[in-house]
Amino acid sequence: MLMTILRRLGQTLFVLTGISVLVFGVFFATPGADPTARIAGRNASPQTMAQVRHEYGFDRPLPVQYATMMKKLFVTRDLTSYVDRGEKVVPEVFKAAPVTLSLVTGAAIIWVVVSITMGTLAAALRGSWVDRGLMMLGLIGISMPVFWVGQVANLLSQSRYHDTIVFRWVPALGYVPFTESPWGWFKALVLAWITLAILFIGLYSRVLRADLIAVSGEDFMRTARAKGLSPTRVLLRHGLRTSLVTFVSLFGMDFAQLVGGGALLTEVVFGLQGVGRLTYQALTNLDLPLIMATVMYSAVFVVIANALVDMVYIVLDPRVRDGRA
Amino acid sequence: MTGVEPILSVEGLSLAVPRGRTAMLPILENVSFSVGQGEILGIVGESGSGKSLTALTIMGLIDIPGARVTGSVRFRGRELVGLSQRAFRPLRGREIAMIFQDPMTAFTPVYTIGWQIDEQIRAHSRVSRAEARARTVRLLGDMGVPDPERAAGRYPHQLSGGLRQRAMIAMALSCNPSLLIADEPTTALDVTVQAQILELLRSLRRDYGSSVLLITHDMGVVAQTCDSTLVLYAGNLAERGPTEALFARPGHPYTAALLDSIPPLHGVRPSRLPSIGGAPPSPASRPPGCPFAPRCVHDHPACHDSRPPVVREGRQDVACVLPGEGRSLPLRLREAV
Amino acid sequence: MAETLLSARSLRKDYRLPRGQRLRAVDDVSLDVHAGEVLGVVGESGCGKSTLGRCLLRLTEASAGSLTFEGHDITGLSERALRPVRQRMQMVFQDSYASLNPRRRIGDLLAEPLRVHPDAHGRRRDMRAIEARLAELVDLVGLTPDALARYPHEFSGGQRQRINIARALALSPRLIVADEPVSALDVSIQAQIVNLFADLQARLGLTYVFIAHDLAVVRQISTRVAVMYLGAVVELGATDDVLHAPAHPYTSALIAAVPEPVVRADKLMPSLRGDVPSPVNPPPGCRFHTRCPVARPVCGQDAPTLRAVPDGRQVACHFPLAG
Repeated sequence: MLMTILRRLGQTLFVLTGISVLVFGVFFATPGADPTARIAGRNASPQTMAQVRHEYGFDRPLPVQYATMMKKLFVTRDLTSYVDRGEKVVPEVFKAAPVTLSLVTGAAIIWVVVSITMGTLAAALRGSWVDRGLMMLGLIGISMPVFWVGQVANLLSQSRYHDTIVFRWVPALGYVPFTESPWGWFKALVLAWITLAILFIGLYSRVLRADLIAVSGEDFMRTARAKGLSPTRVLLRHGLRTSLVTFVSLFGMDFAQLVGGGALLTEVVFGLQGVGRLTYQALTNLDLPLIMATVMYSAVFVVIANALVDMVYIVLDPRVRDGRA
Repeated sequence: MTGVEPILSVEGLSLAVPRGRTAMLPILENVSFSVGQGEILGIVGESGSGKSLTALTIMGLIDIPGARVTGSVRFRGRELVGLSQRAFRPLRGREIAMIFQDPMTAFTPVYTIGWQIDEQIRAHSRVSRAEARARTVRLLGDMGVPDPERAAGRYPHQLSGGLRQRAMIAMALSCNPSLLIADEPTTALDVTVQAQILELLRSLRRDYGSSVLLITHDMGVVAQTCDSTLVLYAGNLAERGPTEALFARPGHPYTAALLDSIPPLHGVRPSRLPSIGGAPPSPASRPPGCPFAPRCVHDHPACHDSRPPVVREGRQDVACVLPGEGRSLPLRLREAV
Repeated sequence: MAETLLSARSLRKDYRLPRGQRLRAVDDVSLDVHAGEVLGVVGESGCGKSTLGRCLLRLTEASAGSLTFEGHDITGLSERALRPVRQRMQMVFQDSYASLNPRRRIGDLLAEPLRVHPDAHGRRRDMRAIEARLAELVDLVGLTPDALARYPHEFSGGQRQRINIARALALSPRLIVADEPVSALDVSIQAQIVNLFADLQARLGLTYVFIAHDLAVVRQISTRVAVMYLGAVVELGATDDVLHAPAHPYTSALIAAVPEPVVRADKLMPSLRGDVPSPVNPPPGCRFHTRCPVARPVCGQDAPTLRAVPDGRQVACHFPLAG
C-alpha cells in the first residue's frame, strides 16, 4: 500500500516537471520571442527591462532561467506581473483557487447525486416511459450550452423575475467567501452549481444507465438473482457498486479538468473570479508570469485530483489493489 | 435411490422467445423429466441444445423480454411456472440453489467470498453478521477449502479456480437447499480439479441429502456422476433414463452417435473416429420432424412429418420412431471396456 | 529414424510481472519433432503448453535456448530472414472466430498469404494460380467452393476451424502447430475435425505438434506425447507407452482423473489434491512433489531432470512408475 502511494507520488512529480518544462519551453524558450519585453509589458522603461532581465536571469543559460522561474513560482512565490502593475501572481492564483474549488465541488456533489439517481432509476425501469423521459432530459442537458443556461438563469433571477418570491433571495453576481458567511456563500453559488452540473448530469446519467445495463448481463448479476436477493439489492449492491468503478474514473477526469480552469464559462457568466477566468485573462494579455502561474497551479490541481481518484479506485476495486497481476 | 415423491417434476416445459414483431421462436420444446429425493440427474447436450436455459427456466431467471414459458414445473408439489418474481424469491437460494460454469465471473468481483456467502445466508434467515460468518467459514471448511477463515476474507480473483468453485458450492449450500442446479460446474476447471469437484458433488447427497441437477456437455462427467441422464438435442428431449442403461445401450441414434464420437482413452484406437456429419440446427432452422433427422444415419421418411413421440425402449424413454417401427438400434459400435 | 524437422534445446520463456516477480512459463524444454509424426503436448492450464507452441514457431520470442528447423538454426534469425521459413511452419488456434477477420470474405482471408509470399520458384503468384489454389484448399478441408464468397460469421464453429486449417495449409507448410484446435467445439464436431487433421496428415505428409488438454483427443491423433507440468516436460515418449503405462506419477494421476463415458461400479475418484501451484513461485525440488502421491523426502530437494529410461521414453522423476 505504502509502496503504491510512494510510486504514485513519484509519478506525480515527474508529470509536473514535464508540464513545467513544456510550458516554459513554449513561452520562454521559443526562438525569436524576447520574454523580457513580454514580461515588462508594452512601453516599458529601459530600467524595468534591465530589472526584469536580471531578475529572471534572461541573460543566463536556459536551465538557469528555468530554475529561477520554478523558484519564483514555488519557493519565494514572488513572481511578478508587470503587465498588471507589478502585481504578485501567486497570491492572485491563491485568491482565485477557493472560488473555483467552491464552484466545482458544489456542482460535483449535485451532479453525482442526481446522475446516480437518474441513471439507476432509468436502468431499473429500462424500457418504461420513466426511462425514456429521464434519458430525454439527460440529452437536453447535454445539448444546452452552459453559457446560455447561465445567461437565462441570470436573466430570470437577476432581472425579470427578481422581485417575485421565487428569486427574491438571489444575491447580486459575485462570490462570497465561505468563511465570511456560509449562507451567503451558498446563495451566491447555488445557481452556478446547477448550471455547471446540468451538462454532467446528462452525460453521467446516460453513461451510468448504459453501464448498469451492460453489467446486468454479467454472470455475477445472475448469481445474485439466483441467491434470492431482492431486485433493489441486486441492482444497488452488485450492479451499481461494480459500475461505480467506471463512474469514478470518468468523474476524476472531469473534476480535475474543471478545477484546473475548465469552468471558465460558468465563472464568466456568474461573475466569479476563479482560476479559469484568471487563465483566460492571462492569455488574452499575454501576461507570461500569470500564464506560468495559472498553468502550473492548474497542473498541480489536476494531478492531485487524479491521484485522489486513483486512491478511490484502489478502495473500490480489489483487483487494482493487487497490482493487476 | 429415487424417492417416492420427486423433488422436481417437469412436464412439457417449453420456452419460446419473440422473433421480430409477431413470430415466436421455440427454444425448448416439450421437455419432461423428474428429479427424485437425493438423486443426481444429468442433462447433457451440445451448445444450443437448451440445457442451460432449462435450468434458468426452472429458476424463473429468464429475463428475455417477451419470453413465453409453458408447461409445468412442480417443485415439492408447488407449481413454479407463472409464479410471480416476489413469490419466487424466497425459493431461490433457499430451496433451489444454483452454481455456474465460471466461478471467476459468477462472483461479484468487488466483494470478498465470505461477504457474498454471508449475504445469501442473511437474505434468507434472521441471523447476526457473526453467526452468518461462522456458518460461512464452517461451510467453506466442509467444502474442502484449506484455511477457510482466511479464504472467506479473500476476493474472487485471489483464489484458484478450484477453490472458487468450492466457495461457489459452499454459497449454494448455505441455506440447505433441497435442490442444487449445477450448470457446467467443472467446464472451466482442469481435469484433476474437476475430479475433486465431482467427488464433492456426489458427497452432497450423502452429507446434505441434496438432489442435484447437473448440466454438462461432457458425457464422461455424466457417466461418473449421475444416477439418471437426460439427453437434449436442439431444445428437444432425445433420450432419458438410468445412466447405466443409457450408456450401455443407448436407445436414440443421437446418444449412440455422440458416445461413439468420443475418442477412447483405453483400448484400441480407432483409425477414424465415428463422427456425426453437419452441425446442430439453430432454433430458427429446426426441421419440422425429428430435429436430429438431417444428421441421422437411420433417417427415413417417417422422421420428417412431426416430432417423434417419446416411447419406452428398454429402461429408457426415447424420442425416436425406430422403436415404434419394431427396429431398435444395433449395439454400440465400440463396446465399453 | 525419421528426419528431425524441428528441434528445441533448453527453451525457456520468462514473463516479467509487476513488483519484480517473474513467471517462468517454459522452463528448460528440449524436444525433437520428427518429420511425419504427431507430437501431442498435454497438460493442465498454466503448464506452458501454449507458450511452448508459440515459442517453437518463434511467434513468441523465447528468453533462452535454441531452435533448429530442417537442420538450420533459426534462433537468431531476423523477422526478414525468417519469412521463407515461416511459410513452412504454420499455426492453428483454438478460437476459430477470433482468428478470422470478421469483415473479410473467406476467399480474401485464404488468398492473403498467397499474395504475400512467393511460390516455390520464388515468383509472385498470379490471379489464376491463386484461384486454383483456393479451390484446392476448400476441397482439402471439406468445404464447398461457395464458402470463398462468404464471411466468417456465416459459418458454424466447426466450419470456421476448417477455414483456419485451410489458411494454415495455404503455403504448403511441413509443420503445423495446433493449439487446442478442437477444445472449443462440440463433441460431435470435434470428431470431424480430429479426423480432418488425420486425413490431411496422411494426404500431405504433414507433421503436427498437437497441443490439447484433452488426453483422449491427444491419444487419438498423436504418435508421441509430451506431458507438461508447470512449464517443464515431465514425460515424453510413444503415445501407447505414456498413456497406457505412465512412468511419471503426474501422467498417471492425469489419466486417472479423466471421466470416461463408461459407467462402472467404482466411480471416478480424485487422483490429486488441490490445484496446480502458481507458476510464479513453483515448488523447489521436483515441481510436482507437493501433489505427488509417491513423493519421498529427496523430491523436495533435488529437481529430477528429464532422462531416458530403458524403454526409450524420457521421464523427469526420481522414482518412475514404469519403463
